[in-house]
Amino acid sequence: MPTRILIPSGVLCLGFDRDALARGVAAKPDLIAIDGGSTDSGPFSLGSGTSKYARSVTKSEWRELMLARAEAGVPLVIGTSGTCGADSCVDWMYQITCELAAELGQSLRVARLYSGQPKARVTEALADGRITALTPAPDISAGTIAQMTNIVALAGAEQIQAALATGADIVIAGRTTDTAIIAALPLARGDNPGAAWHGAKIGECGALCSTNPTSGVIQVDFDETGFTVEPLATGARCTPHSVSAHMLYENSDPFVLYEPGGHLDVTRSRYQALDDRRVRVTGSEWVPGRYTVKLEGARTAGFQTTLIAILRDAHYVANAQAWADKLHGFLTTLVHKRMGLAAETYDLDFRLMGQNGTLGTMENRQGTPVEIAVLLIITAADGDTAAEIGKLANPHLLHYPLTEDEELPTFAFPYSPAQSDRGALYEFALNHVMALDDPMSAFVLDVTEVTP
Amino acid sequence: MKTIGEIAQKVRSKNAGPFWVTIDVFCGSADAYATLTAALKTADIAALYHQPTQVLKRFDIPDLNVIKISFPRPVVQGHRRDRDMHGAQWAVLLAELRLSES
Repeated sequence: MPTRILIPSGVLCLGFDRDALARGVAAKPDLIAIDGGSTDSGPFSLGSGTSKYARSVTKSEWRELMLARAEAGVPLVIGTSGTCGADSCVDWMYQITCELAAELGQSLRVARLYSGQPKARVTEALADGRITALTPAPDISAGTIAQMTNIVALAGAEQIQAALATGADIVIAGRTTDTAIIAALPLARGDNPGAAWHGAKIGECGALCSTNPTSGVIQVDFDETGFTVEPLATGARCTPHSVSAHMLYENSDPFVLYEPGGHLDVTRSRYQALDDRRVRVTGSEWVPGRYTVKLEGARTAGFQTTLIAILRDAHYVANAQAWADKLHGFLTTLVHKRMGLAAETYDLDFRLMGQNGTLGTMENRQGTPVEIAVLLIITAADGDTAAEIGKLANPHLLHYPLTEDEELPTFAFPYSPAQSDRGALYEFALNHVMALDDPMSAFVLDVTEVTP
Repeated sequence: MKTIGEIAQKVRSKNAGPFWVTIDVFCGSADAYATLTAALKTADIAALYHQPTQVLKRFDIPDLNVIKISFPRPVVQGHRRDRDMHGAQWAVLLAELRLSES
Protein backbone atom coordinates (compact mmCIF):
# COMPACT_ATOMS: atom_id res chain seq x y z
CA MET A 1 0.00 0.00 0.00
CA PRO A 2 1.52 3.38 -0.92
CA THR A 3 2.71 5.22 2.19
CA ARG A 4 3.58 8.88 2.52
CA ILE A 5 5.88 10.00 5.34
CA LEU A 6 6.31 13.68 6.17
CA ILE A 7 9.68 14.61 7.68
CA PRO A 8 9.76 18.18 9.08
CA SER A 9 13.55 18.30 9.50
CA GLY A 10 16.65 16.27 10.22
CA VAL A 11 16.33 16.77 13.94
CA LEU A 12 13.93 18.51 16.29
CA CYS A 13 15.36 21.95 17.24
CA LEU A 14 17.05 22.56 13.89
CA GLY A 15 14.10 24.60 12.63
CA PHE A 16 11.90 24.07 9.59
CA ASP A 17 10.09 26.04 6.93
CA ARG A 18 6.52 26.60 8.25
CA ASP A 19 4.95 27.01 4.82
CA ALA A 20 6.58 23.81 3.64
CA LEU A 21 5.27 21.99 6.71
CA ALA A 22 1.77 23.27 5.97
CA ARG A 23 2.10 21.99 2.40
CA GLY A 24 3.19 18.65 3.77
CA VAL A 25 0.16 18.42 6.04
CA ALA A 26 -2.16 19.40 3.16
CA ALA A 27 -0.64 16.58 1.07
CA LYS A 28 -2.16 14.08 3.53
CA PRO A 29 0.77 12.13 4.91
CA ASP A 30 0.25 8.79 6.63
CA LEU A 31 2.72 9.65 9.39
CA ILE A 32 4.94 12.50 10.55
CA ALA A 33 8.41 11.42 11.68
CA ILE A 34 11.25 13.41 13.18
CA ASP A 35 14.55 12.47 14.75
CA GLY A 36 15.41 13.79 18.20
CA GLY A 37 19.14 13.22 18.30
CA SER A 38 22.25 11.24 17.50
CA THR A 39 25.70 10.58 18.91
CA ASP A 40 26.94 13.51 16.85
CA SER A 41 27.73 15.87 19.67
CA GLY A 42 29.70 13.44 21.77
CA PRO A 43 29.18 11.23 24.79
CA PHE A 44 27.93 13.84 27.26
CA SER A 45 24.24 13.52 26.42
CA LEU A 46 24.19 9.75 26.85
CA GLY A 47 26.54 9.84 29.81
CA SER A 48 24.40 12.33 31.69
CA GLY A 49 21.02 11.29 30.27
CA THR A 50 20.18 14.87 29.24
CA SER A 51 19.26 16.66 26.02
CA LYS A 52 21.81 18.92 24.38
CA TYR A 53 19.05 21.14 23.02
CA ALA A 54 17.26 23.90 24.88
CA ARG A 55 13.95 22.87 26.44
CA SER A 56 12.34 26.09 25.19
CA VAL A 57 13.26 25.36 21.57
CA THR A 58 12.24 21.72 21.89
CA LYS A 59 8.88 22.71 23.29
CA SER A 60 8.15 25.40 20.73
CA GLU A 61 8.99 23.18 17.74
CA TRP A 62 7.16 20.21 19.26
CA ARG A 63 4.10 22.44 19.72
CA GLU A 64 4.04 23.13 15.98
CA LEU A 65 4.42 19.45 15.18
CA MET A 66 1.64 18.52 17.63
CA LEU A 67 -0.61 21.04 15.87
CA ALA A 68 0.39 19.63 12.48
CA ARG A 69 -0.41 16.13 13.75
CA ALA A 70 -3.83 17.19 14.97
CA GLU A 71 -4.61 18.73 11.62
CA ALA A 72 -3.30 15.76 9.62
CA GLY A 73 -4.96 13.25 11.95
CA VAL A 74 -2.03 10.83 11.70
CA PRO A 75 0.61 9.58 14.14
CA LEU A 76 3.57 11.76 15.07
CA VAL A 77 6.75 9.84 15.91
CA ILE A 78 9.95 11.13 17.43
CA GLY A 79 13.01 8.87 17.57
CA THR A 80 16.03 9.20 19.84
CA SER A 81 14.24 11.67 22.10
CA GLY A 82 16.36 14.20 23.96
CA THR A 83 19.54 13.73 21.85
CA CYS A 84 20.59 10.34 23.25
CA GLY A 85 17.33 8.43 23.71
CA ALA A 86 18.03 7.42 27.31
CA ASP A 87 14.97 6.66 29.45
CA SER A 88 15.35 9.98 31.28
CA CYS A 89 15.10 11.78 27.95
CA VAL A 90 11.92 9.88 26.99
CA ASP A 91 10.45 11.03 30.31
CA TRP A 92 11.60 14.61 29.59
CA MET A 93 9.95 14.57 26.16
CA TYR A 94 6.80 13.02 27.63
CA GLN A 95 6.62 15.79 30.23
CA ILE A 96 6.88 18.42 27.49
CA THR A 97 4.17 16.60 25.53
CA CYS A 98 1.84 16.55 28.55
CA GLU A 99 2.35 20.28 29.11
CA LEU A 100 1.57 20.99 25.47
CA ALA A 101 -1.46 18.70 25.46
CA ALA A 102 -2.83 20.79 28.35
CA GLU A 103 -1.96 24.10 26.67
CA LEU A 104 -3.40 23.05 23.31
CA GLY A 105 -6.44 21.24 24.72
CA GLN A 106 -5.50 17.98 22.98
CA SER A 107 -6.55 14.51 24.14
CA LEU A 108 -3.92 12.05 23.04
CA ARG A 109 -2.87 8.45 23.24
CA VAL A 110 0.88 8.62 23.83
CA ALA A 111 3.14 5.59 23.49
CA ARG A 112 6.54 5.74 25.10
CA LEU A 113 9.16 3.32 23.82
CA TYR A 114 12.04 2.87 26.26
CA SER A 115 15.39 1.75 24.88
CA GLY A 116 17.42 1.88 28.10
CA GLN A 117 19.20 -1.35 28.98
CA PRO A 118 19.59 -2.56 32.56
CA LYS A 119 23.22 -3.48 33.18
CA ALA A 120 22.17 -6.94 34.33
CA ARG A 121 20.61 -7.67 30.94
CA VAL A 122 23.75 -6.62 29.06
CA THR A 123 26.03 -8.51 31.45
CA GLU A 124 23.92 -11.63 31.02
CA ALA A 125 23.90 -11.26 27.24
CA LEU A 126 27.70 -10.92 27.32
CA ALA A 127 28.01 -14.11 29.37
CA ASP A 128 25.63 -15.92 26.98
CA GLY A 129 27.68 -14.93 23.94
CA ARG A 130 24.89 -12.78 22.52
CA ILE A 131 27.04 -9.66 22.29
CA THR A 132 29.32 -9.17 19.31
CA ALA A 133 31.95 -6.47 18.95
CA LEU A 134 31.91 -4.24 15.89
CA THR A 135 35.14 -2.73 14.51
CA PRO A 136 36.72 -1.03 16.36
CA ALA A 137 35.26 -1.80 19.76
CA PRO A 138 36.40 -1.04 23.29
CA ASP A 139 37.02 -4.09 25.46
CA ILE A 140 34.06 -4.86 27.67
CA SER A 141 33.49 -7.00 30.72
CA ALA A 142 31.00 -7.20 33.55
CA GLY A 143 33.27 -4.64 35.25
CA THR A 144 33.16 -2.05 32.48
CA ILE A 145 29.41 -2.55 32.01
CA ALA A 146 28.97 -1.82 35.71
CA GLN A 147 30.72 1.55 35.23
CA MET A 148 28.34 2.78 32.55
CA THR A 149 25.88 5.51 33.44
CA ASN A 150 23.53 4.77 30.53
CA ILE A 151 23.24 1.96 28.03
CA VAL A 152 20.72 2.12 25.20
CA ALA A 153 19.84 -0.24 22.40
CA LEU A 154 18.92 1.16 18.99
CA ALA A 155 15.35 0.14 18.20
CA GLY A 156 14.48 -0.80 14.66
CA ALA A 157 11.27 -0.91 12.67
CA GLU A 158 9.68 -3.71 14.74
CA GLN A 159 9.60 -1.73 17.97
CA ILE A 160 8.20 1.37 16.25
CA GLN A 161 5.57 -0.81 14.59
CA ALA A 162 4.62 -2.18 18.02
CA ALA A 163 4.23 1.37 19.30
CA LEU A 164 2.10 2.36 16.29
CA ALA A 165 -0.04 -0.76 16.71
CA THR A 166 -1.27 0.59 20.05
CA GLY A 167 -3.15 3.25 18.08
CA ALA A 168 -0.90 5.95 19.50
CA ASP A 169 -1.34 9.52 18.29
CA ILE A 170 2.19 10.29 19.40
CA VAL A 171 5.12 7.90 19.79
CA ILE A 172 7.95 9.15 21.98
CA ALA A 173 10.79 6.76 21.34
CA GLY A 174 14.09 6.38 23.13
CA ARG A 175 17.14 5.47 21.07
CA THR A 176 16.19 4.21 17.62
CA THR A 177 18.15 3.98 14.41
CA ASP A 178 17.73 7.24 12.48
CA THR A 179 15.85 5.35 9.78
CA ALA A 180 13.52 3.14 11.82
CA ILE A 181 10.92 5.81 12.59
CA ILE A 182 10.49 6.44 8.83
CA ALA A 183 10.78 2.84 7.58
CA ALA A 184 8.44 1.27 10.15
CA LEU A 185 5.08 2.16 8.58
CA PRO A 186 5.94 1.42 4.92
CA LEU A 187 7.36 -1.94 6.04
CA ALA A 188 4.22 -2.70 8.07
CA ARG A 189 2.08 -1.91 5.04
CA GLY A 190 4.00 -4.23 2.75
CA ASP A 191 5.96 -1.70 0.73
CA ASN A 192 9.26 -2.74 -0.78
CA PRO A 193 11.69 -3.32 2.13
CA GLY A 194 14.80 -2.13 0.27
CA ALA A 195 12.94 1.02 -0.70
CA ALA A 196 11.61 1.47 2.84
CA TRP A 197 15.08 1.50 4.39
CA HIS A 198 16.76 3.41 1.59
CA GLY A 199 14.03 6.06 1.47
CA ALA A 200 14.29 6.33 5.24
CA LYS A 201 18.04 6.88 5.05
CA ILE A 202 17.58 9.52 2.36
CA GLY A 203 14.87 11.22 4.41
CA GLU A 204 16.34 11.00 7.90
CA CYS A 205 18.24 14.28 7.63
CA GLY A 206 15.25 16.13 6.17
CA ALA A 207 16.12 18.38 3.26
CA LEU A 208 19.84 17.62 3.53
CA CYS A 209 19.25 15.35 0.51
CA SER A 210 18.04 18.36 -1.50
CA THR A 211 19.64 21.44 -3.02
CA ASN A 212 18.35 23.54 -0.10
CA PRO A 213 19.50 21.67 3.03
CA THR A 214 18.27 24.18 5.60
CA SER A 215 14.66 24.22 4.38
CA GLY A 216 13.98 21.11 6.42
CA VAL A 217 10.75 19.64 5.20
CA ILE A 218 10.58 16.71 2.79
CA GLN A 219 8.14 13.92 2.05
CA VAL A 220 8.91 10.40 0.93
CA ASP A 221 6.38 8.22 -0.91
CA PHE A 222 6.94 4.48 -0.57
CA ASP A 223 5.35 1.74 -2.65
CA GLU A 224 5.86 -1.84 -3.79
CA THR A 225 8.78 -1.13 -6.10
CA GLY A 226 10.59 1.94 -4.85
CA PHE A 227 10.30 5.37 -3.31
CA THR A 228 9.98 8.98 -4.43
CA VAL A 229 11.50 11.87 -2.49
CA GLU A 230 10.24 15.42 -2.74
CA PRO A 231 11.36 18.55 -0.88
CA LEU A 232 8.47 20.80 0.13
CA ALA A 233 10.11 24.21 0.50
CA THR A 234 9.69 26.62 -2.40
CA GLY A 235 12.74 26.45 -4.61
CA ALA A 236 14.19 23.32 -3.01
CA ARG A 237 14.96 20.53 -5.43
CA CYS A 238 16.03 16.91 -5.22
CA THR A 239 18.23 15.68 -8.03
CA PRO A 240 19.56 12.16 -8.66
CA HIS A 241 22.94 13.52 -7.54
CA SER A 242 21.70 15.21 -4.33
CA VAL A 243 19.76 12.08 -3.37
CA SER A 244 22.40 9.47 -4.18
CA ALA A 245 25.13 11.56 -2.57
CA HIS A 246 23.25 11.51 0.72
CA MET A 247 24.25 7.87 1.30
CA LEU A 248 27.78 9.23 1.80
CA TYR A 249 26.79 11.34 4.77
CA GLU A 250 27.99 10.16 8.18
CA ASN A 251 28.25 6.68 6.75
CA SER A 252 31.54 4.81 6.55
CA ASP A 253 30.31 2.64 3.66
CA PRO A 254 28.20 4.49 1.07
CA PHE A 255 26.50 1.35 -0.24
CA VAL A 256 25.59 -0.59 2.88
CA LEU A 257 23.58 0.31 5.96
CA TYR A 258 23.13 -2.12 8.86
CA GLU A 259 19.82 -2.17 10.67
CA PRO A 260 18.27 -4.55 13.19
CA GLY A 261 17.49 -7.76 11.31
CA GLY A 262 19.54 -7.21 8.17
CA HIS A 263 21.17 -4.65 5.96
CA LEU A 264 20.37 -2.34 3.09
CA ASP A 265 22.42 -2.61 -0.09
CA VAL A 266 22.12 0.27 -2.57
CA THR A 267 24.80 -0.94 -4.99
CA ARG A 268 22.19 -1.53 -7.68
CA SER A 269 19.87 1.39 -6.90
CA ARG A 270 18.70 3.50 -9.82
CA TYR A 271 17.97 7.20 -9.41
CA GLN A 272 15.63 8.89 -11.85
CA ALA A 273 14.50 12.51 -11.99
CA LEU A 274 10.70 12.58 -12.28
CA ASP A 275 10.80 16.33 -12.83
CA ASP A 276 13.09 19.10 -11.60
CA ARG A 277 12.14 18.52 -7.93
CA ARG A 278 11.32 14.85 -7.39
CA VAL A 279 13.54 11.78 -7.60
CA ARG A 280 12.39 8.20 -7.96
CA VAL A 281 14.62 5.42 -6.61
CA THR A 282 14.28 1.72 -7.40
CA GLY A 283 16.49 -1.34 -7.16
CA SER A 284 17.52 -0.96 -3.49
CA GLU A 285 17.86 -4.30 -1.75
CA TRP A 286 17.14 -5.44 1.77
CA VAL A 287 19.18 -8.45 2.85
CA PRO A 288 17.72 -10.13 5.93
CA GLY A 289 20.13 -11.30 8.62
CA ARG A 290 20.35 -12.17 12.28
CA TYR A 291 18.24 -9.97 14.56
CA THR A 292 20.66 -7.79 16.46
CA VAL A 293 20.37 -4.34 17.98
CA LYS A 294 23.29 -1.98 18.29
CA LEU A 295 24.24 -0.90 21.78
CA GLU A 296 25.53 2.48 22.89
CA GLY A 297 26.93 3.08 26.32
CA ALA A 298 28.75 5.83 28.12
CA ARG A 299 30.76 5.77 31.30
CA THR A 300 32.47 8.33 33.46
CA ALA A 301 36.10 8.69 32.46
CA GLY A 302 37.12 11.13 35.16
CA PHE A 303 36.33 14.73 36.07
CA GLN A 304 37.81 17.78 34.43
CA THR A 305 39.01 21.27 35.24
CA THR A 306 40.30 23.58 32.53
CA LEU A 307 42.35 26.78 32.50
CA ILE A 308 43.31 29.07 29.65
CA ALA A 309 46.35 31.35 29.57
CA ILE A 310 47.11 33.45 26.51
CA LEU A 311 50.68 34.02 25.38
CA ARG A 312 51.05 37.29 23.43
CA ASP A 313 54.75 37.91 24.05
CA ALA A 314 56.45 36.95 20.77
CA HIS A 315 59.29 35.11 22.49
CA TYR A 316 56.82 32.90 24.35
CA VAL A 317 54.67 32.42 21.26
CA ALA A 318 57.74 31.20 19.38
CA ASN A 319 58.65 28.81 22.20
CA ALA A 320 55.16 27.78 23.29
CA GLN A 321 55.68 24.03 22.96
CA ALA A 322 58.93 24.07 24.90
CA TRP A 323 57.29 26.24 27.55
CA ALA A 324 54.31 23.91 27.89
CA ASP A 325 56.53 20.82 28.07
CA LYS A 326 58.70 22.38 30.76
CA LEU A 327 55.68 23.55 32.73
CA HIS A 328 54.14 20.09 32.43
CA GLY A 329 57.21 18.55 34.07
CA PHE A 330 57.30 21.20 36.76
CA LEU A 331 53.61 20.72 37.64
CA THR A 332 53.96 16.94 37.72
CA THR A 333 56.68 17.27 40.34
CA LEU A 334 54.70 19.84 42.28
CA VAL A 335 51.47 17.80 42.30
CA HIS A 336 53.45 14.86 43.66
CA LYS A 337 55.15 16.99 46.31
CA ARG A 338 52.09 18.93 47.50
CA MET A 339 49.25 16.48 46.90
CA GLY A 340 51.07 13.14 46.98
CA LEU A 341 49.56 12.14 43.62
CA ALA A 342 51.47 9.92 41.22
CA ALA A 343 51.49 11.13 37.61
CA GLU A 344 49.52 8.11 36.35
CA THR A 345 46.52 8.90 38.57
CA TYR A 346 45.60 12.11 36.72
CA ASP A 347 46.23 13.75 33.35
CA LEU A 348 47.50 17.14 32.25
CA ASP A 349 46.89 17.97 28.59
CA PHE A 350 48.31 21.21 27.18
CA ARG A 351 46.65 22.32 23.94
CA LEU A 352 48.30 25.13 22.00
CA MET A 353 45.39 26.89 20.37
CA GLY A 354 46.70 28.82 17.41
CA GLN A 355 49.52 26.35 16.81
CA ASN A 356 48.04 22.85 16.58
CA GLY A 357 44.93 22.94 18.77
CA THR A 358 42.69 21.17 16.27
CA LEU A 359 44.94 18.49 14.80
CA GLY A 360 47.65 17.96 17.42
CA THR A 361 50.48 15.81 16.08
CA MET A 362 48.71 15.48 12.69
CA GLU A 363 49.18 19.22 12.07
CA ASN A 364 51.63 19.71 9.22
CA ARG A 365 51.59 23.48 8.81
CA GLN A 366 53.67 25.93 10.74
CA GLY A 367 53.18 29.63 10.99
CA THR A 368 53.85 32.49 13.31
CA PRO A 369 50.66 33.23 15.16
CA VAL A 370 50.07 36.58 16.84
CA GLU A 371 49.21 34.80 20.07
CA ILE A 372 48.64 31.32 21.43
CA ALA A 373 45.97 30.31 23.91
CA VAL A 374 47.27 27.54 26.11
CA LEU A 375 44.36 25.38 27.17
CA LEU A 376 45.23 23.17 30.09
CA ILE A 377 42.80 20.28 30.52
CA ILE A 378 43.11 18.47 33.82
CA THR A 379 41.43 15.08 34.18
CA ALA A 380 41.38 13.42 37.59
CA ALA A 381 39.50 10.66 39.37
CA ASP A 382 37.10 13.07 41.06
CA GLY A 383 36.04 16.68 40.72
CA ASP A 384 37.65 17.88 43.92
CA THR A 385 41.04 16.55 42.88
CA ALA A 386 40.76 18.09 39.40
CA ALA A 387 39.80 21.44 40.95
CA GLU A 388 42.64 21.26 43.47
CA ILE A 389 45.19 20.53 40.72
CA GLY A 390 43.74 23.48 38.81
CA LYS A 391 44.30 25.80 41.76
CA LEU A 392 47.79 24.43 42.22
CA ALA A 393 48.58 25.01 38.53
CA ASN A 394 47.00 28.47 38.37
CA PRO A 395 49.90 30.72 39.51
CA HIS A 396 52.41 28.79 37.42
CA LEU A 397 50.30 28.95 34.28
CA LEU A 398 50.20 32.69 34.88
CA HIS A 399 53.89 33.27 35.67
CA TYR A 400 56.03 30.32 34.60
CA PRO A 401 59.33 31.52 33.03
CA LEU A 402 61.13 29.81 30.17
CA THR A 403 64.47 30.43 31.88
CA GLU A 404 65.49 30.95 35.47
CA ASP A 405 67.43 34.18 34.92
CA GLU A 406 64.61 36.34 33.70
CA GLU A 407 62.05 38.54 35.35
CA LEU A 408 58.82 36.65 36.07
CA PRO A 409 56.51 36.92 33.09
CA THR A 410 52.77 37.32 33.47
CA PHE A 411 50.47 36.00 30.79
CA ALA A 412 46.84 36.84 30.09
CA PHE A 413 43.97 35.10 31.86
CA PRO A 414 40.78 35.82 29.95
CA TYR A 415 38.48 35.75 32.98
CA SER A 416 38.29 35.31 36.73
CA PRO A 417 38.30 32.73 38.13
CA ALA A 418 40.76 31.38 35.60
CA GLN A 419 39.59 27.85 36.11
CA SER A 420 36.43 26.17 34.96
CA ASP A 421 35.35 23.00 36.70
CA ARG A 422 33.67 20.99 33.97
CA GLY A 423 32.32 18.12 36.02
CA ALA A 424 32.22 14.58 34.69
CA LEU A 425 33.92 13.54 31.48
CA TYR A 426 32.06 10.73 29.74
CA GLU A 427 33.31 8.39 27.08
CA PHE A 428 31.60 6.03 24.66
CA ALA A 429 32.26 2.55 25.94
CA LEU A 430 30.32 0.27 23.58
CA ASN A 431 30.44 -0.41 19.87
CA HIS A 432 28.66 -3.73 19.95
CA VAL A 433 25.49 -5.46 18.86
CA MET A 434 23.23 -7.66 20.98
CA ALA A 435 21.31 -10.58 19.47
CA LEU A 436 17.61 -10.81 20.39
CA ASP A 437 15.17 -13.68 19.87
CA ASP A 438 12.21 -11.34 20.27
CA PRO A 439 12.71 -7.73 19.11
CA MET A 440 10.58 -6.41 21.99
CA SER A 441 12.51 -8.32 24.66
CA ALA A 442 14.94 -5.44 25.21
CA PHE A 443 12.40 -2.61 24.95
CA VAL A 444 9.50 -1.40 27.07
CA LEU A 445 6.33 0.08 25.66
CA ASP A 446 4.11 2.22 27.85
CA VAL A 447 0.81 3.66 26.62
CA THR A 448 -0.99 6.54 28.35
CA GLU A 449 -4.18 8.47 27.58
CA VAL A 450 -3.17 12.10 28.06
CA THR A 451 -6.02 14.54 28.61
CA PRO A 452 -5.77 18.34 28.81
CA MET B 1 50.98 20.99 -8.69
CA LYS B 2 47.70 22.04 -7.19
CA THR B 3 46.23 20.95 -3.90
CA ILE B 4 43.28 18.57 -3.77
CA GLY B 5 41.12 21.38 -2.49
CA GLU B 6 41.97 23.46 -5.56
CA ILE B 7 40.95 20.67 -7.94
CA ALA B 8 37.92 19.27 -6.12
CA GLN B 9 34.63 21.10 -5.66
CA LYS B 10 34.50 20.26 -1.96
CA VAL B 11 36.32 18.14 0.61
CA ARG B 12 34.42 17.38 3.80
CA SER B 13 34.84 15.10 6.78
CA LYS B 14 32.56 13.95 9.59
CA ASN B 15 32.25 11.21 12.13
CA ALA B 16 30.42 8.12 10.95
CA GLY B 17 29.39 7.22 14.49
CA PRO B 18 31.74 7.78 17.44
CA PHE B 19 34.31 5.24 16.26
CA TRP B 20 34.81 6.17 12.59
CA VAL B 21 35.59 9.24 10.56
CA THR B 22 34.76 9.53 6.88
CA ILE B 23 36.11 11.97 4.29
CA ASP B 24 34.27 12.76 1.06
CA VAL B 25 36.08 14.33 -1.89
CA PHE B 26 33.47 15.78 -4.24
CA CYS B 27 35.45 16.12 -7.46
CA GLY B 28 32.74 18.07 -9.25
CA SER B 29 33.43 16.78 -12.77
CA ALA B 30 34.48 13.62 -14.54
CA ASP B 31 37.76 15.29 -15.48
CA ALA B 32 38.59 16.26 -11.91
CA TYR B 33 37.53 12.78 -10.80
CA ALA B 34 39.89 11.18 -13.33
CA THR B 35 42.74 13.45 -12.25
CA LEU B 36 42.20 12.88 -8.53
CA THR B 37 41.56 9.13 -8.59
CA ALA B 38 44.77 8.68 -10.55
CA ALA B 39 46.90 11.03 -8.48
CA LEU B 40 45.60 10.36 -4.99
CA LYS B 41 47.39 7.42 -3.42
CA THR B 42 45.72 5.71 -0.50
CA ALA B 43 49.10 5.38 1.21
CA ASP B 44 49.56 9.16 1.06
CA ILE B 45 46.18 9.71 2.71
CA ALA B 46 47.08 7.18 5.40
CA ALA B 47 50.37 8.96 6.05
CA LEU B 48 48.59 12.30 6.30
CA TYR B 49 46.44 10.96 9.15
CA HIS B 50 49.24 8.88 10.71
CA GLN B 51 47.33 5.65 10.00
CA PRO B 52 48.45 2.30 8.61
CA THR B 53 47.23 2.05 4.99
CA GLN B 54 45.34 -1.19 5.59
CA VAL B 55 42.83 0.42 7.99
CA LEU B 56 41.59 2.84 5.33
CA LYS B 57 38.48 1.95 3.36
CA ARG B 58 38.42 3.75 0.04
CA PHE B 59 35.51 4.01 -2.35
CA ASP B 60 35.98 5.53 -5.80
CA ILE B 61 32.43 6.31 -6.98
CA PRO B 62 32.38 7.38 -10.64
CA ASP B 63 28.58 7.87 -10.70
CA LEU B 64 28.99 10.70 -8.19
CA ASN B 65 32.54 11.79 -9.06
CA VAL B 66 33.32 11.18 -5.42
CA ILE B 67 36.26 9.61 -3.61
CA LYS B 68 35.33 8.49 -0.11
CA ILE B 69 37.81 7.46 2.56
CA SER B 70 36.79 6.01 5.93
CA PHE B 71 38.91 4.82 8.84
CA PRO B 72 38.54 4.13 12.55
CA ARG B 73 39.11 7.25 14.60
CA PRO B 74 42.55 6.96 16.22
CA VAL B 75 40.95 8.67 19.22
CA VAL B 76 37.32 7.80 19.89
CA GLN B 77 34.95 10.77 19.75
CA GLY B 78 34.79 12.47 23.13
CA HIS B 79 37.83 10.73 24.60
CA ARG B 80 39.92 13.12 26.67
CA ARG B 81 42.49 13.26 23.86
CA ASP B 82 39.90 14.08 21.18
CA ARG B 83 40.46 17.54 19.72
CA ASP B 84 37.66 17.70 17.18
CA MET B 85 34.37 16.25 18.42
CA HIS B 86 32.78 16.03 14.96
CA GLY B 87 35.92 15.23 12.96
CA ALA B 88 34.82 17.96 10.60
CA GLN B 89 38.16 19.81 10.42
CA TRP B 90 40.10 16.70 9.47
CA ALA B 91 39.12 17.28 5.85
CA VAL B 92 41.34 20.36 5.77
CA LEU B 93 44.48 18.23 5.88
CA LEU B 94 43.40 16.37 2.77
CA ALA B 95 42.21 19.52 1.00
CA GLU B 96 45.64 21.06 1.58
CA LEU B 97 47.52 18.02 0.31
CA ARG B 98 49.55 18.99 -2.73
CA LEU B 99 49.59 16.36 -5.44
CA SER B 100 53.04 15.24 -6.38
CA GLU B 101 54.36 15.48 -9.95
CA SER B 102 54.08 11.95 -11.26
